[in-house]
Amino acid sequence: MRRTIVKASLHTALNLTVFALIGTAILAFTFNQTHDRIEQSIEAEKLKLISQIVPQALYDNDIIKDTQDIHPDPLLGNEDTTTVYRARRANQPSVLVLEAVAPDGYSGKIGLLIAIHDNGELAGVRVLTHKETPGLGDYIEIARSNWITQFNHTSLAKYADADWKVKKDGGQFDYMAGATITPRAVVKAVHKTLQYYALHHEALFAIQTKEQKP
Amino acid sequence: MTYQEFKDILHNGVWKQNTGVVQLLGMCPILAVSSSVVNGVSLGLATSVVMALSGAAIAPIRNIVPNEARIPVFILIIAVLVTVIQYLMNAYMYSLYVVLGIFIPLIVTNCIVLARIEAFAAKNPPLQSAVDGFAMGLGLTCVLAVLGGIREIFGHGTLLSGIDMALGESAKSLIITVIPGYHGFLLAILPPGAFITLGMLIATKNWLNLRSIAKAQQVTNLTS
Repeated sequence: MRRTIVKASLHTALNLTVFALIGTAILAFTFNQTHDRIEQSIEAEKLKLISQIVPQALYDNDIIKDTQDIHPDPLLGNEDTTTVYRARRANQPSVLVLEAVAPDGYSGKIGLLIAIHDNGELAGVRVLTHKETPGLGDYIEIARSNWITQFNHTSLAKYADADWKVKKDGGQFDYMAGATITPRAVVKAVHKTLQYYALHHEALFAIQTKEQKP
Repeated sequence: MTYQEFKDILHNGVWKQNTGVVQLLGMCPILAVSSSVVNGVSLGLATSVVMALSGAAIAPIRNIVPNEARIPVFILIIAVLVTVIQYLMNAYMYSLYVVLGIFIPLIVTNCIVLARIEAFAAKNPPLQSAVDGFAMGLGLTCVLAVLGGIREIFGHGTLLSGIDMALGESAKSLIITVIPGYHGFLLAILPPGAFITLGMLIATKNWLNLRSIAKAQQVTNLTS
């Protein structure tokens, strides 16, 4: 009796293991095959978004090449090294494009692209990646609504720290009923990024570009 | 598979055993995504594809998997399939991925997929299972389209908004403003609106069923 139970369990366990291994192998293979192409698509999308939030008139350098890699920072919420794009006009700092992560979205992380003028005013914000609920939390995308444009022309100087909240929490930012966690996360991340910019902006503009390094 | 068999499976999936208004499975995505026609149909079609593929993938191994281990194995296969589709779309169909991408992880959590695997693919050959999965998905798509349409008209006063994201900028002219200058009705957009509208759809379906039964009875009464 006992032997048959052991045998049946072993058989089941073996079966599960084999399927798990096959599944993992298929996933690993697909991930490897598609990884580079996915990176390329995301990069292309990023450049498209940058051109939306940084007006052509504000720079005369090659913004795609004038970059600098920065280390993760709690204020940016990122875990990997990210790239900063720097727009300059007549060699003067003009606009800085940073990537930030809002870690506390309704369904995980929200990746943001944030452009800040040299004077600390926001040029614009765009959502790079998110997994928010379709039809509810996805209005943070520019393709679905212009909610995200309310960050334009705001700055740490314009709003006090307490105003960097959605209106429901006593702040200055609109939200849509039914989905408040998503805008809350975005507002918080933008606020923190402005703080990061205030602390580091000279260093961010000053350091040599990758191309100029020996 | 005979033509009759094919027709039966299709009729069963789209009408008789409709996942949305008869089986009432997968309510979570139905309620979350049916706020507009375009969102609803997008999720419906993505689900149909996943259901057809998972049916076809699981039917061939239905006799190998031991009974006790079948649920975890099925879920594993569905999850792998969905993730592979997500990777492939992200890499090779980026514009479509931008539109449908957020719906895809929702499909794994949708219990219709597992329910059909359990009820059909675990007992039938691959081709039939694939057709069944697709028919069920199609039935779901119809419900999501009607539900999305009603909620969109009452909630926003428009129809087909957002279609430009699925079919390109030129499709913008397809958006219909049903009620111009409408200020919107929040209840229709929020989950309670989805529940109420779905309830009415179920009632309509039941009424149609009862009427056809009554009609059939009338015919038999007349002839006897």
